[in-house]
Amino acid sequence: MARRLRFSPLRMVTLVSAALFALPVLTVVWHIFLPSDGNWAHLAATVLPRYVTNSLVLMLGVGAGVLVVGVATAWLVTACRFPGRRIFEWALILPLAVPTYVMAYAYTDFFQFSGPLQSGLRGLTGWGPQDLHLPEIRSLGGAILVFIAALFPYVYLVVRAAFLQRSAGILETGRTLGLGPGQLFRRLAVPLARPAMVAGLALALMETLADYGAVSYFGVQTFTTGIYRTWFSLGDRVAASQLSAGLLGFVVLLLLLERWSRRRARYHRADAGARRPARFDLQGWHRYGAAVVCGLPVLMGFVLPALVLLSMLLSLGEFNWPSHYGDWISNTLLLGLVTATVATGLALLIGSALRLGRSRVLAVAGRLAGLGYAIPGSIIAVGVLIPFAAFDNGLDSWMREVFGLSTGLLLTGTAAGLVFAYLVRFLSVSLQTVNSGFERLSPSLDAAAQSLGAGEGRLLRRLHLPLLKGTLLTAFLLVFVDVMKELPATLIMRPFNFDTLAVTAHNFAIDERLAEAALPSLTIVAVGLLPVIILARLIATSSTVAAAGEAGPGGPGFGLAGPQAMGYQGK
Amino acid sequence: MRYWLVISALVGIGVLALGSAARAAERERVVNIYSARHYQTDEQLYAGFTKATGIEVKWIEGDQDGLLERIRNEGRNSPADLFITVDAGRLWRADQSGLLAEVRSQVLEARIPASLRHPQGRWYGLATRARIIFYNRQLVDGEQIKTYEDLADPRWQGLVCIRSSSNIYNLSLLASLIAHHGAAAAEAWAAGVVANFARDPVGGDTDQLRGLASGECGIALANTYYFARLMRSKAERDQALVKAVGVIFPNQNGRGAHVNISGAAVLRTAPHPENARAFLEYLTSREAQVYFATVNNEYPVVGGFGGNKTLRKLGAFKADTINIAVFGENQAEAQRIFDRVGWK
Repeated sequence: MARRLRFSPLRMVTLVSAALFALPVLTVVWHIFLPSDGNWAHLAATVLPRYVTNSLVLMLGVGAGVLVVGVATAWLVTACRFPGRRIFEWALILPLAVPTYVMAYAYTDFFQFSGPLQSGLRGLTGWGPQDLHLPEIRSLGGAILVFIAALFPYVYLVVRAAFLQRSAGILETGRTLGLGPGQLFRRLAVPLARPAMVAGLALALMETLADYGAVSYFGVQTFTTGIYRTWFSLGDRVAASQLSAGLLGFVVLLLLLERWSRRRARYHRADAGARRPARFDLQGWHRYGAAVVCGLPVLMGFVLPALVLLSMLLSLGEFNWPSHYGDWISNTLLLGLVTATVATGLALLIGSALRLGRSRVLAVAGRLAGLGYAIPGSIIAVGVLIPFAAFDNGLDSWMREVFGLSTGLLLTGTAAGLVFAYLVRFLSVSLQTVNSGFERLSPSLDAAAQSLGAGEGRLLRRLHLPLLKGTLLTAFLLVFVDVMKELPATLIMRPFNFDTLAVTAHNFAIDERLAEAALPSLTIVAVGLLPVIILARLIATSSTVAAAGEAGPGGPGFGLAGPQAMGYQGK
Repeated sequence: MRYWLVISALVGIGVLALGSAARAAERERVVNIYSARHYQTDEQLYAGFTKATGIEVKWIEGDQDGLLERIRNEGRNSPADLFITVDAGRLWRADQSGLLAEVRSQVLEARIPASLRHPQGRWYGLATRARIIFYNRQLVDGEQIKTYEDLADPRWQGLVCIRSSSNIYNLSLLASLIAHHGAAAAEAWAAGVVANFARDPVGGDTDQLRGLASGECGIALANTYYFARLMRSKAERDQALVKAVGVIFPNQNGRGAHVNISGAAVLRTAPHPENARAFLEYLTSREAQVYFATVNNEYPVVGGFGGNKTLRKLGAFKADTINIAVFGENQAEAQRIFDRVGWK
């Protein structure tokens, strides 16, 4: 016991990084206590009710949609046999490579009144412009559609893993008792996977709340667009930060819901029975029905946007490779690799510390470090800018006074500052992944190692690191994909002469040159495809190795993404 | 513990080294630009300046409010020399925050009309764009629309398409109406336009023009360069659009059409103020002005069309000469009006 009270580098790392990464979020929250310019009365009387209603409707719609799509596809690929099942098993995560804002551009081009679908229909039927009115894609409903198509993989991943691992044995028991696939699904699988469903749902909803690009392009006024408008058009940063704090309130609610949903969940399993789940052979039209149910989300979330982008690119006629194309790619890769490496390393350290020193302070610290996930990128950026610039300028003044030397801006406006902002936003992704990986390792392993005299460092190197290799790779890839798609913080914080793919796509799109935005957008998808395919391979491996240890639905923190999400089993 | 001492010492030395390196930058022949213009081709402009003066140009292109926030936080150590925007309101706001330096230059004062620059030289307009009215020739008789005020006429019910109210170009337009008619009349106008909406505001200016072509909209408001770009496009669907759409420069018998600027300002904390001024002057040179016209179909501030045939074809027009600083002054009020009348 005395070991836990001692100073330990691991605990230091945890506390320091928690403090660092919570700083921007706290900077935002701190604004609650500042007086604003009196725009609150105006906001409350005019637009605030609409922001709240739209955000709630958006969350409800997206929530219901991702649950239905994610759970249905996860069930079909784990429990049934039908044509294309093995392809769908990994193809269903391809939409992760498409940023929501890119999907919004593509959907608009395809579905809008003057787009190919409606023009084609009018041409085919001979109807005039006033006769046929499909619902406007750039609307709340359209935004819900885009988010469902883009975000359902989060639910799919988590729930699929839960079906695979958690319930294989129970499901078999159900089968031997004569339950059909429908009954099994309703009476056993869904109740068993409920915590996993909520975990995936929380992740998808946080992404929805934090999104600015897609909703602003669609002209849907949500809490997030409201924050921007208050800050920029009304010029009231304080009220905008207070709104952001309100957004955090939503998030905290989500997190509480998530924790509550798995309040009685057990995490690790003592036995290591490897069991491959038996699958139902679907008959007749059910076979094709299943293929359609799995194919449609892939079509909407990946194939359609990719094809639309491609055709936009071809419509340019004359095509020249942009002279900086290589730089955009290498900058994007560089940021992604560095951030993902640091995020994964920190997550391993923090995860170990949480596991070894079960203290309340550490648990809270771990949770604080992951708060940034649901906050829009540009709010994070300002949250980072304020303390960073204050630190830089403070240090500069001090150095001038003491040494007569000016240090200038050391952190602000550097790639390091940008990476820090990414970490604030995405650390929770790696943290949750690694944490739930830890949950699958029985604590008796640590106890055995410690009783043999292994210290923290050795435990980490010799036990945790090798056992969590797959989990760490998963965390790395997830963060990488997220960073690659990140836009608002990159726009504000990047160094001089430093463009990324996301920035370039955005610059073209905002200048209303969608066809030219297609190339960088497609490249984001293509570059993102690589890590997604590696993830998919992990999935394929994991379906042949069955549960080597019971995956909990989430970590001790927020249990958002997890290696259980990938269903990957550490070897 | 010795460990930590060594590490801290190393970090300290590193910090000092970096700091002196940063200061060395001051003497470099560099100008640092924070630009809200995001036209990839602006690099040609930078290259032209480097060629003419030997001064290297470093830039960040981003969202104007974000960049402004960054400058504000970077404080006196900000590397930014020049802030370039595509709207006068943002320059006004930067000025209100005390970020801008006064630049006196006979070159700039001679070349740029007084309404397009700050009276004390805290910012300068570089190129202009007009926000004008377009209509579908089949659905609407263009002769019946002469002014912005006409858009609120109930006879156009169900025909007007315009983008969202958080868009800066709309905010600046309403801000100018507030300046000309007062807040109450401006609010009545905005309410009238909302009552005439063909659809909820979605998309950008080009999308409104496309709405005209498809017949979903009868009347739309857009910036001139978006239309000029379509005029110059070789794509079939763009050419069809241009044929179907009529152009109205509003208020030609009165105050003139609403114009906004691409403008630039030197920052008070600029580490290279002289280079920044040289760059500003370069931006008003013939070479740079022709560039603005050629590449982005903006009107040169020095007058004329900069050799752009499309702009010439669109025709000369009378521009509103109210000092564009009012766009900034009235911006928050404009946003509140839009919110009250339910202009999304």
